Amino acid sequence: MEKLNLQNRESEYIKGHIVHTYIHLVKNKLLFGILLIICIVFVFVYSITSGSLQIPLSNVFSSLVSENEFSYIVNNIRLPRSVAAVIAGAALGVAGCVMQNILKNPLASPFTLGVSHGAAFGAAVAIIVFNAGTSHSIGNESVTIFNVYAVIIAAFVGAACAVIIILFLSFLKNISPDAIVLAGVAMGSIFSAATMFLQYFAADFQVAATVFWTFGDLGKAGWVENVLLAGGFIPVIIYFYSQRWNYNALLWNDDVAISLGVNIQSLRLTGMLLSAFIVSLCTAFLGIIGFIGLIAPHIVRMLIGNDYRFLIPYSALFGALLLLASDCIAKLILEPVIVPVGIVTSLLGAPLFFYLLIARRTP
Amino acid sequence: MTLTINSISAGYDSSIILHDISVELKQGLVTALIGPNGSGKSTLLKVIAGIVKPYAGIIRLGDINVDELKGTQRAQLIAYLPQASNSLPSTTVFESILLGRKPYISFEPDSEDLAVVEDTIKIFNIEQYAFKKINELSGGEIQKVLIARAIAQRTKVLLLDEPINHLDVKNQLEIMNIVKHYTASSGLITMVVLHDINRALQFADEFILLKDGYIIERGSSEVITPHVLHEIYGIEADCITYKKKRKIIII
Ligand SMILES: Nc1ncnc2c1ncn2[C@@H]1O[C@H](COP(=O)(O)OP(=O)(O)OP(=O)(O)O)[C@@H](O)[C@H]1O
Ligand SMILES: [Mg+2]
Repeated sequence: MEKLNLQNRESEYIKGHIVHTYIHLVKNKLLFGILLIICIVFVFVYSITSGSLQIPLSNVFSSLVSENEFSYIVNNIRLPRSVAAVIAGAALGVAGCVMQNILKNPLASPFTLGVSHGAAFGAAVAIIVFNAGTSHSIGNESVTIFNVYAVIIAAFVGAACAVIIILFLSFLKNISPDAIVLAGVAMGSIFSAATMFLQYFAADFQVAATVFWTFGDLGKAGWVENVLLAGGFIPVIIYFYSQRWNYNALLWNDDVAISLGVNIQSLRLTGMLLSAFIVSLCTAFLGIIGFIGLIAPHIVRMLIGNDYRFLIPYSALFGALLLLASDCIAKLILEPVIVPVGIVTSLLGAPLFFYLLIARRTP
Repeated sequence: MTLTINSISAGYDSSIILHDISVELKQGLVTALIGPNGSGKSTLLKVIAGIVKPYAGIIRLGDINVDELKGTQRAQLIAYLPQASNSLPSTTVFESILLGRKPYISFEPDSEDLAVVEDTIKIFNIEQYAFKKINELSGGEIQKVLIARAIAQRTKVLLLDEPINHLDVKNQLEIMNIVKHYTASSGLITMVVLHDINRALQFADEFILLKDGYIIERGSSEVITPHVLHEIYGIEADCITYKKKRKIIII
């Protein structure tokens, strides 16, 4: 009798132990998210203090509550810059995460659809054809002043064009994700050829202005830009998060996803449109910031696995962290000169990416 | 409840693969779908699962017209295992089976969903690797997980496309036993594509023989005769009775 009871209790214990293990793993993943947020807060605060002028931490806080000699810098330069790093990093990270899922390609990134080349072409059209950039020459230093919003709108239109052409082609004949990736490469090459064509016939200062525009630079962001970026990003990430189970299903082959009730065509189309939208927005405002969207989802996937319930928010968080950290490096590396952050992300991102490729165990 | 397939014609682009298919499948029975390569077996399963839209015909489950259902509603009624999926994601076994609960999950899985996953893992006796990555398992282990996912979907209809290909004999029997018992005990309507005719005779209750998109023969095990096998495969076969069960010997 006693023995039977014991047996019962034992089976009771075994029942539920798989679920317990699962819940334990989920809790660990939640902890990872909290850790990410803490890291972001630290790097964020550090990024406010650092720059060509070091502001002590205590002064940063006091400058927020009452006016002091650092208030102008903190409120109008440092804060908007770091907030832009968080929003743009999150947008690029989550866009890459979704693109890699819907194109079934781990090398897909927000720029796979030719967004960056399209944006650069749009900016070139605005600067060269519509003369949105003017330049004052002082000695041999040339200072370029943009008609900023004309360039931003043109860049956005260019990026959108690239995406719409590819999506139109792909839904004309229902082509495969692989073909979409290749079409993106072709599209990018067409747009960069068109940009070079314009530059060939442009004046020196206009060429300089277009090249300068393409450098991803967080210094371009003010509060207005941040509000617009956030206004685009927040609804999109809410939509992405709401589709997390569909993205989980789409990890499997298309037939499995359909049999689980996923409308794969519309999921792919909206996913591409929305990620292209937020990336176009970032690129139009800040210039081209490479590798964040490629690497952030990769690292998160390596650390916590392939579950879009966590991958979507954490790719955003990790993207934000990466861009914030890159910006700190950009500020420090050649002090007091601030290097455009796009250069830093590409410089650090490429070797990191090589490492990830080599470190990946499965073929 | 029966699954009624009524005058289905289907195919890809302009070519017609299935011609005027009509069958009725009953609850609690395993139906084996048998036919040569390219005869349209997978296509028929895809039509029932809603992956390939038929050109004509109607599919009913009881009095529900399946084609009028939304994706999720359909997924609550019909589960589908594709033929040899070549690309597997690197998710854990638990997560893979939990995905079978997707049609029921509106926000996050509740305790019932998790309990179903755990029960299914136990039915298939795969506790040892419940938290291993699915792409790091052997072929037979993977196949068990994939069938477990379909079963965790707790549907009325279960469609399995060549579930025991490439498996060793022990795993073949184990998987088919689970499918048969689960079908009988839960009153499922199960359709299984099998190439091994003896395995089909061992486990199936009903048989559908397909050739070039036409149903050649259907019914209980009596329909599997040397004559019919010659007709659809063009082979010579003999039929013996072993322990009261029909066996086919291919010459
Ligand atoms: N996606 C597709 N597009 C076009 N034709 C297809 C497609 N899938 C299958 N077919 C064609 O439909 C026919 C039937 O294919 P199906 O996969 O249904 O055969 P099957 O009976 O399952 O064969 P097997 O035993 O080899 O799996 C074949 O002639 C095949 O070429
Ligand atoms: Mg087949």
